[in-house]
Amino acid sequence: MRPSPHRTPELLLALLALAAQASAQQTPALWPWPRSVKVSPELLNIAPENFLISHGPNSTADPSCSLLQEAFRRYYNYIFGFYKRHHGPANFQGGAQLEQLQVSITLQSQCDSFPTVSSDESYSLLVQGPVAFLKANRVWGALRGLETFSQLVYQDSYGAFTINKSIITDSPRFAHRGILIDTSRHYLPVKTILKTLDAMAFNKFNVLHWHIVDDQSFPYQSTAFPELSNKGSYSLSHVYTPRDVQMVLEYARFQGIRVIPEFDTPGHTQSWGKGQKDLLTPCYIEKKETERVGPINPTLNTTYTFFNTFFNEISSVFPDEFIHLGGDEVDFQCWSSNPNIQDFMQKKGFGKNFKRLESFYIKNILDIITSLKKGSIVWQEVFDDKVELQPDTVVEVWKNENYLAKLEEVTFSGFKAILSAPWYLDIISYGQDWKKYYTVEPLKFDGSVKQKQLVIGGEACLWGEYVDATNLIPRLWPRASAVGERLWSPETVIDIDDAYSRLVRHRCRMVSRGIAAQPLYTGHCGH
Amino acid sequence: MAGCRLWVSLLLAAALASSATAVWPWPQYIQTYHRRYTLYPNNFQFRYHAASAAQAGCVVLDEAFRRYRNLLFGSGSWPRPSFSRKQLILGKNVLVVSVITAECNEFPNLESVENYTLTINDDQCLLVSETVWGALRGLETFSQLVWKSAEGTFFINKTKIKDFPRFPHRGILLDTSRHYLPLSSILDTLDVMAYNKFNVFHWHLVDDSSFPYESFTFPELTRKGSYNPVTHIYTAQDVKEVIEYARLRGIRVLAEFDTPGHTLSWGPGVPGLLTPCYSGSRPSGTFGPVNPSLNSTYDFMSTFFLEISSVFPDFYLHLGGDEVDFTCWRSNPNIEAFMKKKGFSDFKQLESFYIQTLLDIVSDYDKGYVVWQEVFDNKVKVRPDTIIQVWREEIPVDYMKEMEEITKAGFRALLSAPWYLNRVTYGPDWKDMYKVEPLAFHGTSEQKGLVIGGEACMWGEYVDSTNLVPRLWPRAGAIAERLWSSNLTTNMDFAFKRLSHFRCEMLRRGVQAQPISVGYCEQEFEQT
Repeated sequence: MRPSPHRTPELLLALLALAAQASAQQTPALWPWPRSVKVSPELLNIAPENFLISHGPNSTADPSCSLLQEAFRRYYNYIFGFYKRHHGPANFQGGAQLEQLQVSITLQSQCDSFPTVSSDESYSLLVQGPVAFLKANRVWGALRGLETFSQLVYQDSYGAFTINKSIITDSPRFAHRGILIDTSRHYLPVKTILKTLDAMAFNKFNVLHWHIVDDQSFPYQSTAFPELSNKGSYSLSHVYTPRDVQMVLEYARFQGIRVIPEFDTPGHTQSWGKGQKDLLTPCYIEKKETERVGPINPTLNTTYTFFNTFFNEISSVFPDEFIHLGGDEVDFQCWSSNPNIQDFMQKKGFGKNFKRLESFYIKNILDIITSLKKGSIVWQEVFDDKVELQPDTVVEVWKNENYLAKLEEVTFSGFKAILSAPWYLDIISYGQDWKKYYTVEPLKFDGSVKQKQLVIGGEACLWGEYVDATNLIPRLWPRASAVGERLWSPETVIDIDDAYSRLVRHRCRMVSRGIAAQPLYTGHCGH
Repeated sequence: MAGCRLWVSLLLAAALASSATAVWPWPQYIQTYHRRYTLYPNNFQFRYHAASAAQAGCVVLDEAFRRYRNLLFGSGSWPRPSFSRKQLILGKNVLVVSVITAECNEFPNLESVENYTLTINDDQCLLVSETVWGALRGLETFSQLVWKSAEGTFFINKTKIKDFPRFPHRGILLDTSRHYLPLSSILDTLDVMAYNKFNVFHWHLVDDSSFPYESFTFPELTRKGSYNPVTHIYTAQDVKEVIEYARLRGIRVLAEFDTPGHTLSWGPGVPGLLTPCYSGSRPSGTFGPVNPSLNSTYDFMSTFFLEISSVFPDFYLHLGGDEVDFTCWRSNPNIEAFMKKKGFSDFKQLESFYIQTLLDIVSDYDKGYVVWQEVFDNKVKVRPDTIIQVWREEIPVDYMKEMEEITKAGFRALLSAPWYLNRVTYGPDWKDMYKVEPLAFHGTSEQKGLVIGGEACMWGEYVDSTNLVPRLWPRAGAIAERLWSSNLTTNMDFAFKRLSHFRCEMLRRGVQAQPISVGYCEQEFEQT
């Protein structure tokens, strides 16, 4: 229902609108909701031309920290930039003013590092006049706090910028909060990836899981094996050059986002075969070799030599301590048709158990990764098929049936787990499916406290079969925001009506920042 | 005869037969050959045939020529090919266009003939049609036949096409009430509709959620009923622009003002129009459908629709009539008293009373009307030339049965039940929409003749300008082909190949059309 009609002169209408705004500020549209929020009804005015985000006097970071300098500029623009084009400077000023936000990093800033799974993202925010304080141990917390600060500022109907006095202390519930993008089924232009990183920061996501290659295409341009993308990409313009990758990595770092590349093997590798001879298994029909090829050929030494060199490159290109090795959906049919594989199985004493062959292969790959001083993430099949894992291997649970039981099982075995099963955003349906994602409780399984601590987070996955640059943004946002709050906010933040009213406004905020986030339901944004 | 001259390519052997498979929707009759001709962007032009009824100054075709030149070759300048003297004598790159009747300043209507023939051979390059609307369809087909080699040369193959639509009413419904759509979204949609040979823009302008249509007789409607009376409205100028933009593309604008239900946004601007709902013996403060018991209601509608009839030039108006909720009427003692006076025992009779009165009003303005199926289901007495739009999939009967019953009663029918594009599911759902056969019901050939077409509906609960385009295209394309092409055009593999190709062509033209499967396009969509 729409509000009933006003029969009031314009000024009164404007005042009513102001009152409406004032009541809206009781619950600022913070998303994801912080750990602790105290908002006072007292208002501070902000004049864009008399407001500054700066380094605190005792901060370990200073203007040489370009990560923060860029963030200061970005958030100043998010707060004022959009509106400035539409309104002149507000001349209605009075009452207390907020003139500065001082950002202080208390420990070593980590300004020039890459974020890691153990990066400290906590921060506290004290909003009072004339100077507000944002405190964080590391730059990563400062980035999250700047986002929160920007969400606290709103514009009244006169165009004046306002913020409530408030105190916020915040830190994430889970350390790993990811978005999976798939650049193999469809190539995504770098611009689209960067836009996605922007939106991720608005939702406090901190991991870009880059499913970079798969059966359909191999867009990653390898320096050691350039033929992989020369032959395996959709076209020579559908590739990510080393420069493109660097750009994504640096852009992500500036937003406090880790980039975890996935090179999924031994299945999902058709596109590798085009540029790397003998890497894939030739499939046979009735003892005759066919044109068809299957998964990686695990029986040849050349396979492991190749991967040694390949992952050596990957581990130096991608700074994150983790590489995702895939390992899902391996089809045994081709392996079992091939007489050389059969011989190898015999020799190794695997019998007819192809899971043992798969294990053999993956064990070798895991060892390569370990030798490169990197950690591994694998899809759940690798755990299910009883591959011998490294103790620090992370298992990603993606199969929808009984995913909580699977989390219990994985953590019971002492492995760290990431949940993505309930968050396959490529599976669309009519209506408000964000509620379904929102109401998931990742720790709702039987298990010890220690087991629960092994769940390091989750990921919203947007597989690319039906997604490319034309529809990625509206399909991802604000649906992924629901996952963003579930992974960041305390487990007590579950009120769906409250979430709806905040998410509607958060969605409009994303739209105003240039993210074409689709509507939750009927209505409109203020601009 | 001022025939067209094309450069016969010397590289005939390399000709790609696949070029013709890019055409969407598939023409009724098409023959293509390997023989191909080169088009030089710099020299190419469209030209009126000396005997054509339309000549330079015909704005519909003049504008179309410019549009298609840009679509084919871009707006940039191309280097002049260096011709030898002999080649110069061979002449120019021309598509000659000839129409039999000039309707350059008129509006397309339900009866407009869209037939055309296109002949590309050694002697001619000729597009002939009865009307300018047919010429527009032919120009679109021509533009889809032109292809570019890897080296950047433009070609067209020897081709013969005789084409005409299977159904005369091929529509897209946009809902600008649940979410406001900026004018540019509407205009862009009209462009893509033309690429798909759609010819009706069903504009569901207002509904419960908001009233963005700015009425000059009742400005309070938008002032109080729009989301924002400054930014979220369609001014008279906006509406004019939409109508003219559509006309230039051979598209009719069918305006819908849905009553008596779906009207909450009308209430604030017109006190007394809606029925006050009662809780017990007192008004509850909420409102229901239009109040059918007051004379003032009909006075209002009479004035309002007088305006609408003059603003929208199409012969037809859509009067809605769907999903009327009787609970509010039932709660109101004045309605009860009115029913008693009229001797109505059932609210369907009250609904009928309202709609009949409304239909009489609109008839007096020399307009025809389209209504949603409930009006038929509830046995409202309507004029025999009323068009009934079928939207419910299963209730009260399966939609094909409904088509059967409507046509059996002698009414013309429009199908949209299987084509609700706002509903999304995982995967290539265009296939189900493509497979729908609108005439797959029991009935005489006369009955089938009463099915005038269908509409793809994009309701707005979850759709605004952020996601409209990828949700609409290329899915609506499936419906476009079903409504244009022969009933024998049903091969799924063939459709898949062409639709994939056509979606890339839409991308090339700047349309944010989403993928229907894995793969890529030469030119991907670029984020702005």
